[in-house]
Amino acid sequence: MSDVLETPASVTARSLRRSGRSPMPLRVEGLTLTLEGTLVLNDIDLALADDGVTAILGPNGAGKSLLLRCLHGLVTPTRGTILWHHEGRDHAPDLAIRKAQALVAQKPVLLRRSVLANLKFVAGLRRPRPSTDDLMQALREVRLEHLARQNARTLSGGEQQRLALARALLHDPRVLLLDEPSANLDPASTLLIETAIRAARAAGTKVLLITHDMAQARRLADDVVFLHKGRIVEHTSAAAFFDRPSSAEAEAYVKGDILL
Amino acid sequence: MQDFAQSFLLAGGLILEADPALVEIVLLSLQVTLSALLASALIGLPLGALLAVTRFPGRRALVVLTNALMGLPPVVVGLLVYMMLSNAGPLGVLRLLYTPTAMVIAQTILITPILIALTRQVINDLDQEYAETFRSLGVPAPTAIAALLWDGRFSLVTVLLAGFGRAVAEVGAVMIVGGNINHVTRVMTTAIALETSRGDLALALALGLILLTLALAVNALTSLINAPARMSGNVRRA
Amino acid sequence: MHQFNRLFARTILGAGLALATLVAPIASAQAADQFIVVQSTTSTQNSGLLDVILPEFTKKSGIEVRVVAVGTGQAIKNAANGDGDVLLVHAKPAEEKFVADGEGVKRFDVMYNDFVVVGPASDPAGIKGMTDAKAALAKIAEAGSPFASRGDDSGTHKKEQALWKLAGVDVKAAKDWYRETGSGMGATLNVAAGMDAYTLTDRATWLAFQNRGSLEIVTQGDDILFNQYGVILVNPAKHPNVKAEAGQAFIDWLIGAEGQSAIAAYKINGEQLFFPNATATN
Repeated sequence: MSDVLETPASVTARSLRRSGRSPMPLRVEGLTLTLEGTLVLNDIDLALADDGVTAILGPNGAGKSLLLRCLHGLVTPTRGTILWHHEGRDHAPDLAIRKAQALVAQKPVLLRRSVLANLKFVAGLRRPRPSTDDLMQALREVRLEHLARQNARTLSGGEQQRLALARALLHDPRVLLLDEPSANLDPASTLLIETAIRAARAAGTKVLLITHDMAQARRLADDVVFLHKGRIVEHTSAAAFFDRPSSAEAEAYVKGDILL
Repeated sequence: MQDFAQSFLLAGGLILEADPALVEIVLLSLQVTLSALLASALIGLPLGALLAVTRFPGRRALVVLTNALMGLPPVVVGLLVYMMLSNAGPLGVLRLLYTPTAMVIAQTILITPILIALTRQVINDLDQEYAETFRSLGVPAPTAIAALLWDGRFSLVTVLLAGFGRAVAEVGAVMIVGGNINHVTRVMTTAIALETSRGDLALALALGLILLTLALAVNALTSLINAPARMSGNVRRA
Repeated sequence: MHQFNRLFARTILGAGLALATLVAPIASAQAADQFIVVQSTTSTQNSGLLDVILPEFTKKSGIEVRVVAVGTGQAIKNAANGDGDVLLVHAKPAEEKFVADGEGVKRFDVMYNDFVVVGPASDPAGIKGMTDAKAALAKIAEAGSPFASRGDDSGTHKKEQALWKLAGVDVKAAKDWYRETGSGMGATLNVAAGMDAYTLTDRATWLAFQNRGSLEIVTQGDDILFNQYGVILVNPAKHPNVKAEAGQAFIDWLIGAEGQSAIAAYKINGEQLFFPNATATN
């Protein structure tokens, strides 16, 4: 198990090549989303630095996943502005932004082909195109190299998440958006995924992480956005959030009470 | 009706002795229908997928139209193709009437709407699942369509089988444009029609049984190729 | 999974290659120019006559004869569209009109047989043994016994219409005993056998027909039931695609000594189906 804990050498090596990339901070103003008459995101203002791990916490139905999808440009907000700073100017989340980021959904959708072919498909979308050796290396980093030829749809939940993460990291995304990447996973897979998240963070990738796992948030997060009923109740450093939450809702949530 | 028992014996006998006239007719049937299937697959699969993933004004109407064209009567298709290919028609100079090529054209027209409509359905279902991932990855539309077609391949084989079944079993269109000419354009279905009109019901039914056997063989073959892949193809272990 | 993908791809590829080789003969079949298309009637095909005599012509001339067997009405229409080189049918007035319209070159008598009225052995109209066709049809109408009509504008249908007219029966006003099948002779015989109806058929198709049920010949021998076949070369002046030389060679053979004796020699169960009469009238 100890080899799992190490940061794989190639990740570090890859991260060193990344200096010189433009920073990608985020500014959100008045973000509001109404779906079928229901207000699901309510007047959200948010500013995020271009590095570190931001954990998005909150009870089920708080709007965390929808917020992540709005930021990535998969859902168009009803009102408000989302601006990523990218290559010297502000962009709404468009195709160029999406391609500079990577999203790992809660239930990742993998193609109906082999594990390796799943990576090849994504590799074919980018230039320069990674070689098969690069892809095998990426699989090695998530301990899937022995399953390279297996149908991706027959992998276990943890293996699927790891493959989705390998797919996301393939192009050194500037921002990594993770929607409960280790929910219901075995400890080994969770550890692998957290290791990869740390490595990405260390390499300068901005990470947005939705999680229900308080301990995981404590382990990984630099700052916390606490969402309740579609509003941001609190946005503060992780240390501050877990030690002395300023709102009653956050305090209850950290304690493990049920929030209605 | 002792025709049934007689037909089974006759069909068995014809198959066992590989009756040369029968072999010729069966081969021509396969040749015509498989060619038509290939042509319509090249047209229908991409068009069906395009219809599934793109949104444009008039798309809804086009979907309704292709669904309706699935019920196109073969005789009408035959008549239209006859009028086009007749020496009195606009394409008469091609001299294609009463040739297997004319039959391929008629069957292609007949089954392309089926392939388009069913492909659209298959790809649409798959696209529901893949769309967000593809948008997130920034997959260009042509790549997305190709990926959807490839990942839907096992369902699409069933779509192709539906087209094959319709084409190989139809008689109205190939009768008109092929002319049921012995050794040239006589296929299973037109031979069955001919024997029926000769009142040789036992032979007609025997040919029908052979056609059925042929369809069964094609279906069994595809499910053999498909089965192991299908078993591991769509199951997601939790 | 990977193996299955490869198997799948290989199967597709294999099917494609198989198709390519299958399609090849389509192209080559068209390359041979030595063939003619004869628009003819179901009776000549269903009786088996053409299957027997055509190979003799092909062997001698090297010209393949491709027969499209449809009703006389459709055969004439197809030929008028230029979709055939030779017309071989049995409806003299329509054939003469075809020539008069400039669609055909010249009409030749080829052979004859006769029409017969067939009906159920129970003979509800009581016409068994009659030789007067008009009177027999009149009795069928009077009795309201089921009658199956071709209803397809074929030579047989034209003949039947003429007979009803002579019998003074207006079939358009007929009640449900008069049933138009709208299909070929064989299909109509199947219908008649299925519902114990009378029908008019040419003798050749009847003799070759195997699904008779309780049907038998009830009326025959009337001069009016005479059934003449004619052959016409489609007019190359009007339809440039017509293979005039090969088509004329076929006509010459058919109305010549060899063709005529081949027709006379064709028998089913010892019964001659067609009687050559080309020389008698030409």
